[in-house]
Amino acid sequence: MTITDEQIAALEQKANDIRQTIIEMLVEAKSGHTAGPLGMADIFAALYFHVLKHDPQKTDWPERDRLILSNGHIVPVRYAAMAHAGFFPLEETKTLRKFGSRLQGHPERTKLPGLETTSGPLGEGLSQAAGIAYAARMDGKKFFTYCAMSDGEHDAGITWEAIMFAGKNKLANLIAIMDRNNIQINGYTENVMPLEPVRAKYEAFNWHVIEIDGHNIRQFIDAVGEAKAVYEKPSLILAHTIPGKGVPEIEFDYKWHGKPPSAEEAKKFIREVRTMGGKVECIDCEE
Amino acid sequence: MIPENSHLHTKIFEKDALERAPTRDGFGKGAVEAGKEDKRVVVLCADLAESTRAEWFQKEFPDRYIEVGVAEQNLATLASGLANYGKIPFITSYAAFSPGRNFEQIRTTIALNDVPVIVCGMHAGVSVGPDGATHQPLEDIGLMRMLPNMTVIVPSDAEEARKTTIAAAKLGTPVYVRFGRAKMPVFTTQESPFEVGRAEVFWKSDSPRVAIIACGSLVYEALLAAHSLEEKGIGAIVVNSHTVKPLDEKMILSAATQAGAVVVAEEHQVAGGLGGAVAELLAREAPSPMEFIGVHDEFGQSGEPVELLKHYGLDAVHIKRAVERVLKRV
Repeated sequence: MTITDEQIAALEQKANDIRQTIIEMLVEAKSGHTAGPLGMADIFAALYFHVLKHDPQKTDWPERDRLILSNGHIVPVRYAAMAHAGFFPLEETKTLRKFGSRLQGHPERTKLPGLETTSGPLGEGLSQAAGIAYAARMDGKKFFTYCAMSDGEHDAGITWEAIMFAGKNKLANLIAIMDRNNIQINGYTENVMPLEPVRAKYEAFNWHVIEIDGHNIRQFIDAVGEAKAVYEKPSLILAHTIPGKGVPEIEFDYKWHGKPPSAEEAKKFIREVRTMGGKVECIDCEE
Repeated sequence: MIPENSHLHTKIFEKDALERAPTRDGFGKGAVEAGKEDKRVVVLCADLAESTRAEWFQKEFPDRYIEVGVAEQNLATLASGLANYGKIPFITSYAAFSPGRNFEQIRTTIALNDVPVIVCGMHAGVSVGPDGATHQPLEDIGLMRMLPNMTVIVPSDAEEARKTTIAAAKLGTPVYVRFGRAKMPVFTTQESPFEVGRAEVFWKSDSPRVAIIACGSLVYEALLAAHSLEEKGIGAIVVNSHTVKPLDEKMILSAATQAGAVVVAEEHQVAGGLGGAVAELLAREAPSPMEFIGVHDEFGQSGEPVELLKHYGLDAVHIKRAVERVLKRV
């Protein structure tokens, strides 16, 4: 899968559009998670606009790739990516977390076509993804099952139950993506419950591990290609990300795990996102 | 008087004439039949293949048997993924662990996610015997009954358990089925009617004064009690309410209003189980004096099944006493 510099640039632009939508959604919702969704915007842009085989108009297409979101609390990034990809009108993103909305605070499969599963309670996505991948292989299906997961949820025993199961069964059609942003609610992951050496742990459980910069879209796309080429093992793309990526004053700060920006902060954040953290001049930003 | 259309065993009150089998055997047979009928059926097991009878399916369909090890949370959640894809998974373990340990996974990824996983809780109740309280779940019906989208079935004998298993695979919804370890009389037959959500009258006197509503192995005990009460001139209706959710409200209301007094019997905590479900219905629609046969807010212990059932008052003798108590309140 070769990809040109122009295509990469277009995906980076998509990622920033997604970031802007995330901030706008969260301000409107007045609650929700900021750091995780911003940190995964590049990967979700690459997934929805390059990697996934899918059809926004036909969400039950049996041959589609499955994307399972394990850490359901970062669903604003998925909703934003889905809206930009044409699954539903962009305007609907403003209903996030509101009464009667299809965009529940944590994703519910039965509410919004295209979500694949219901998730939120941490640690469950990889099991669900492994179940889908196992079933698909039973039927000789060719699609891939991707599972986006947090680092913090590796504290949960069920995550390791699923890692063992996938390793045992050599689920090569399963590609997990760990958002290794090193934060969780109570602080830095290595203080709350150390995960390192997380790469060696996965390898010990018979997984293939590819480590990348989670904000480098080319690296991510290459990693997916490599994962697909590994036939004898499930793969983990260990994506090092910056929580809050795109908004310099919240980057790396675990206190932004679970709160939304105020309207005032959002204005500033959006300007920062659109100027790539102040690195480029903004032509049409409100002053 | 046993209604003819219930097609119960002709020698139902000759205890020695009845075959004895655990309801888990019914699961084993039913799973194989369901597997033959529908290729989408798969069975998952958490390191308990022999005792849950998942092994019977494994022998027939090795490629559709999935071993997950001692990992009940993964058991439930993997199954939700398999069902998301389009399989019909039965998950088998002891009820103490599934739904005992994996309640949240069942709630989120099966019930809320609304996918057709059949949770098979084996070795339920005190009749597990010598293993003791850790392995004698008495709360599982309550846990599962509270979940939206979940159907809850407690078959009364091995034959009904077989029918339940086959029916559960066709429901297309989340299901919890409760099975037992101990050998119990098989008193229903292949011809006995069974439909999910429809309670069956298994005994009806000419002028009933009490309705005994039971599930699981207590249905047979209720029949023994009714038979003995009849000899004393006390008429009864015995309702086999195998489906605890959705409750057959019409049938239970009809029995309760005809009789005017109700005894509910189950091998479960009196809180939250069939008794609770019936009480919720009757309190709303037809308040009636009620007595509850079940375990009263305590844990089980080691012993032989028969000893334990007697100790906790889960037999015909105690049902009769409950009938006498409730009739004094009418």
